[in-house]
Amino acid sequence: MSAFDWVTQLLYVAAATCFVFGLHLMNSPATARRGNQVSTAGMVVAVATTLALVAHAGTVTTTGWIVMIAGALLGGGAGLYAARTVEMTAMPQLVSIFNAVGGGAAALVGIHDYVRLASGGIGESTTVFTILDVLIGAVTFSGSIIAAGKLQGLIDGAPIVFPGSRAVNVAAALVAVGGACYMIATPSVVVLIIIILAALTFGVTMVLPIGGADMPVVISLLNAFTGTAVAMAGFVIGNWALIIAGALVGASGGILTKLMADAMNRSIRNIIVGGFGTGDSGPAIEGPGGDVRSIQADDAAIQLAYAQKVIIVPGYGLAAAQAQHQVAELASVLEERGVEVSYAIHPVAGRMPGHMNVLLAEANVPYPQLKEMDEINPEFARTDVALVIGANDVTNPAARRPGNPVSGMPILDVDHAKSIIVIKRSMGHGYAGIDNELYVDPKTSMFFSDAKGALTELTAAVKTLVA
Amino acid sequence: MTTELLTDITIFVLALLVGFEVISKVPATLHTPLMSAANSIHGIVLAGAMLIAVTAHDALGYILAFVAAAFAAMNVVGGYVVTGRMLKMFRRSRTPVPAADTAAAVSGNGQTPAAGQQAGQRGGQA
Repeated sequence: MSAFDWVTQLLYVAAATCFVFGLHLMNSPATARRGNQVSTAGMVVAVATTLALVAHAGTVTTTGWIVMIAGALLGGGAGLYAARTVEMTAMPQLVSIFNAVGGGAAALVGIHDYVRLASGGIGESTTVFTILDVLIGAVTFSGSIIAAGKLQGLIDGAPIVFPGSRAVNVAAALVAVGGACYMIATPSVVVLIIIILAALTFGVTMVLPIGGADMPVVISLLNAFTGTAVAMAGFVIGNWALIIAGALVGASGGILTKLMADAMNRSIRNIIVGGFGTGDSGPAIEGPGGDVRSIQADDAAIQLAYAQKVIIVPGYGLAAAQAQHQVAELASVLEERGVEVSYAIHPVAGRMPGHMNVLLAEANVPYPQLKEMDEINPEFARTDVALVIGANDVTNPAARRPGNPVSGMPILDVDHAKSIIVIKRSMGHGYAGIDNELYVDPKTSMFFSDAKGALTELTAAVKTLVA
Repeated sequence: MTTELLTDITIFVLALLVGFEVISKVPATLHTPLMSAANSIHGIVLAGAMLIAVTAHDALGYILAFVAAAFAAMNVVGGYVVTGRMLKMFRRSRTPVPAADTAAAVSGNGQTPAAGQQAGQRGGQA
């Protein structure tokens, strides 16, 4: 190894160290920003090192430099614009798009390497990693674009199942695997193109039948895929920085996928294969019955204003109505009256892991008030009012009993509070398609309205009480 | 199986374990920024995209180099900027001590004012 090789390799190690340390600093909101800066510094080092390597190789043509720099500037500009302008509610779509381009780029690295070496004969082990890189990258690319389209509402968010869609999915998988086996035995660019098309088709038909509420799991899974594809690209070009970074992302995506699936009480296989929300989740189970008590803004405001401790339970309905600023305003008015306010965040509130926390942080809610499920559940028993906004299945006490679609799902113990106010448009079912027993609890009052309107009314009513 | 490949696999497995260890400590509150940060880290594929240029000598090679560089650069730049933007919003209290941050805190309408942005960059952590 020449001195130049030594220096560049050590710089890559330094970059990888920065990535690990940056992720480590993400373990607390107080240090997380520094973590992102450390990670950014690592990336700058890695890219500068690569630039030096590229220049040192001396084989880059003028056209090569121009396309590389033009591409980077164009992509970087687009990324910068998107990152600066994106609404926090649209964060899942953006993350999905970044997954798509990351996976796509990884696939392209593999494709280029394969095409370049195809004429001269490639070692078997390299072929295996190239194929894995291209396949995973292509699946991630098309799957993430479909996921982003669903989240953005460009594609119907409901599960899309067309006649034979399952067959197409299976066929695409078989073609991809078969083609891959063939390529290991006999290098062929034509077969490479076929398996790329098959992988793209597989990505599309994998994500289309998955319903909108399963998106937190899907995004996490695609994130893990992207990381794996990047690591495979690292094997192909023999670059440790890519291998380490890809493995870190793969681990992160894997953990989040598991957490999300657990929080939704579903196996990953179950989500990918589909079924939930497509009508075959079993017959709706009747609740115990009982009367629903309806409440108006003034009465609800009195309950809230004279409470000592209030827990707000925000669900996707709150994010969908973009009412995070209204809820933060209500909370600050209550706090001025000396009411203790905190937020109970279920892991799958929102459209991606931790999404609700970002929305509330944007609305200026201090992060110590954002409580995770395990932390807040014991506190419900000494809570005067639990205010449920746009959350349904995650508050259903039926989950503690076996024999219904939500059985075993981790829930927020909202029913332990002394009284409960639920803001909801109607008595409609949640995603699991069953009645929520919480709504007929004698302690519960239903405030039928949309989240934004209800919160504005409540805030105004509480202010009137103060005056 | 070459020694090089064995080394690569060892590195991959160890990095995976380090990843599991480090990331399982991240609180749920930060899961969205975590995913976004992980996203920017896989932007390292930009290094791979740049290395395409070293061996690209025909039209196909140039096209692949261009698209890969564009994709990867979008990933890496966008990822870091949006993660930073999100993390800046996480505050310990409603009325932060640094005076410069108050402007950002009071407005609270989702549009981060320039003052807050600059303060954030200088202050390191809010």
